[in-house]
Amino acid sequence: MKAKHQRLILALVALCGIGGAGVLAASALRDEAAYFRTPVEIQGGKTAVDEPMRLGGMVVKGSIKRQADGLTIRFVATDGKASVPVEYKGIVPDLFGEESGMVADGRMRADGIFVADRILAKHDERYMPPQMGDMPKNMKAPATT
Amino acid sequence: MHAYANPTRFLAIAKPLTPWLLGVGLLLVLGGAWAGLAMVPGDYKQGETARILYVHVPSAWLGMGGWTSLAIAGLIQLVWRHPLSGIAARAIAVPGMLFTALCLATGSIWGRPTWGTWWEWDGRMTSMLVLLFLYAGFIALTSGDDGQRQGGSLSRGAAVYALVGAINIPIINRSVVWWNSLHQGPSITLRGSSIDGALLWPLGLTVFGFSLLFGAIVLMRMRRIIADNRVAARLRRLADDEEI
Repeated sequence: MKAKHQRLILALVALCGIGGAGVLAASALRDEAAYFRTPVEIQGGKTAVDEPMRLGGMVVKGSIKRQADGLTIRFVATDGKASVPVEYKGIVPDLFGEESGMVADGRMRADGIFVADRILAKHDERYMPPQMGDMPKNMKAPATT
Repeated sequence: MHAYANPTRFLAIAKPLTPWLLGVGLLLVLGGAWAGLAMVPGDYKQGETARILYVHVPSAWLGMGGWTSLAIAGLIQLVWRHPLSGIAARAIAVPGMLFTALCLATGSIWGRPTWGTWWEWDGRMTSMLVLLFLYAGFIALTSGDDGQRQGGSLSRGAAVYALVGAINIPIINRSVVWWNSLHQGPSITLRGSSIDGALLWPLGLTVFGFSLLFGAIVLMRMRRIIADNRVAARLRRLADDEEI
């Protein structure tokens, strides 16, 4: 066997080893490296009241309700299997809306409502021109006349 | 393949190829940027901010593609010991790092109006930042080494580093699939694109155009490294002659 064949085999074996280690590490990190938890993970128990966490999900259609103080909003976040009511006081990003994704920093309150300190909008992978977007669902006519 | 590993033969091809890559690449990038900024409509939901994708996506592609080629060059260096592969790896590192930084910067600028944050430690962003640091490490490892004396080839450590760093590339690619993340899932997959055709075509121009520019920069940098090595070799010979 020529020396360069030996080196090639050695390099490929080492590469497979590194690759395997990488895959193992990545799968071990599956839960730890998640940026947020989904409602079904939260409802499945294991979430202590007042434990800081991030909740991610879709905002249920028709669920955004502004409270009497004019600042607090309540909505329901879902992952299709479970849903969690969320309460947030403050300004939401422009892209926050019903039937689109969001991520909330906060904690579960004893009454089962997730109280968010901060809300981020999550964008999905679809890009299309305005006339093709689902206008009635996702856009409201501008209030200016 | 051996034939092209010879620097003289390589130069005979690289020299006439460089202006073509540079010229066509510039035309495509300028055309794609014009189309992306002025001709196509904004996104139905994000509006005008979506247009940053015509720079962000090619940057991500070249940052990751750059390291993939760098790792292949490292493998060739380790196994076949072609000095040209070491020269290629050195030439790729700086533009690769530049495009990775551009990807992070454009992503951050887009993230502020879209998500409501400049930076979050989610899987995609963190792994891309790791790629930036990997490039920095490779540049540090290969600058100021004894490469010039060895005709530009990499030290074994640098070549192994290039290969080990390649692990990060599939992690970046899969980060939005394996872990739930703030960054959206892949828009363009083998099954098709969830970017509508009306918004997609300028992206094809800029991805191809930036790739040609990347190729031109790499060829120019390789030629410079070869020229530097020749100067250094000549000076060494002169110095040796004088000693005698």
